[in-house]
Amino acid sequence: MRRLAVLLFLVLPVALFAVEPDEILQDPALEQRAREISKELRCVVCQNQDIDSSNAGVARDLRILVRERLVAGDSDVEVIDYIHARYGDYVLMRPPFNLSTAALWLAPFLLALASLLIGWVVLSASRRRKTAAGLSPAEEAEVARFIEQNKVSEEP
Amino acid sequence: MTRALALIPLLVAVVFGGFFLWGLDPDRNPNDIPSVLISQPAPEFTLMDVEGLATPSFERADLVGNPGPVIVNVFASWCVPCRAEHAVLTELVESEGQRLFGINYKDKPEDATRWLAELGNPYEKIGADSTGRAGIEWGISGVPETFIVGPDGTVLYRYVGPVVGDNAVEKFREALVQAGALERGVSG
Repeated sequence: MRRLAVLLFLVLPVALFAVEPDEILQDPALEQRAREISKELRCVVCQNQDIDSSNAGVARDLRILVRERLVAGDSDVEVIDYIHARYGDYVLMRPPFNLSTAALWLAPFLLALASLLIGWVVLSASRRRKTAAGLSPAEEAEVARFIEQNKVSEEP
Repeated sequence: MTRALALIPLLVAVVFGGFFLWGLDPDRNPNDIPSVLISQPAPEFTLMDVEGLATPSFERADLVGNPGPVIVNVFASWCVPCRAEHAVLTELVESEGQRLFGINYKDKPEDATRWLAELGNPYEKIGADSTGRAGIEWGISGVPETFIVGPDGTVLYRYVGPVVGDNAVEKFREALVQAGALERGVSG
């Protein structure tokens, strides 16, 4: 039991990281939902982190806000919409597809398509060149004849 | 066909070069998050009085129906750049007749009062946002941040960070001109 408690103590700080003890909700189900929502929201200060793992002041405020909304009975979507309305598409780790995010969503596919297209064109062009380099039977015959002729003329 | 193929590297170079040129522009801040508030009505928010300070608090209704645009500045006594910005804002109020409202963000009332006593108080109204909740309503990412709110309560402009230094002040003054709060050419 004691060993387990020590183990729990060692694991706890790693598991919670940025979420401070006073933020955590009593209800584990709600807390779990809050953690999941927090992972979907980007910290507006350190933009490569979600608010669940960020130590920034605003991230903490947003975490507390998420939990308050959940306790007030909001659904997950409502909580995310609430924050989305105030901070815009940037706050979502998975921004919605619209006119301003179209480039973001489509660029990987367009780039992949373009590189495939270029690769295909280049490869097929080089293949065509290779077949063109080969000789037709008539040409083969002419070359053979030419060699034969020169052999004869050189020998004497 | 072969001739067209020869143009592909050039095309790729132009596309990527253009992208890099855009990315390297020193005026572009990659951390900029466009505010969703621009051209939107000011958000609903609640502020408390700053205890011990004579300047009254304000609410959303105070931002609607003004004769001209007002500046809403988010500041705190613990925020070092705010000290430098304070001089710029004071100048705008005292020499240019701008109206300035303050959101005292996550500050202790006694610290805010002392700070304003030391540096002077250019604010017409100051509300205390001790929890940072009003800050979230305004979509701020830190202090200082400064907004320009039009006479009808529409948010016209947002400046992230301190309005300090020639570039920043010029940008902000231009925004005030655009908002109709300042005549062009009147230099400070």
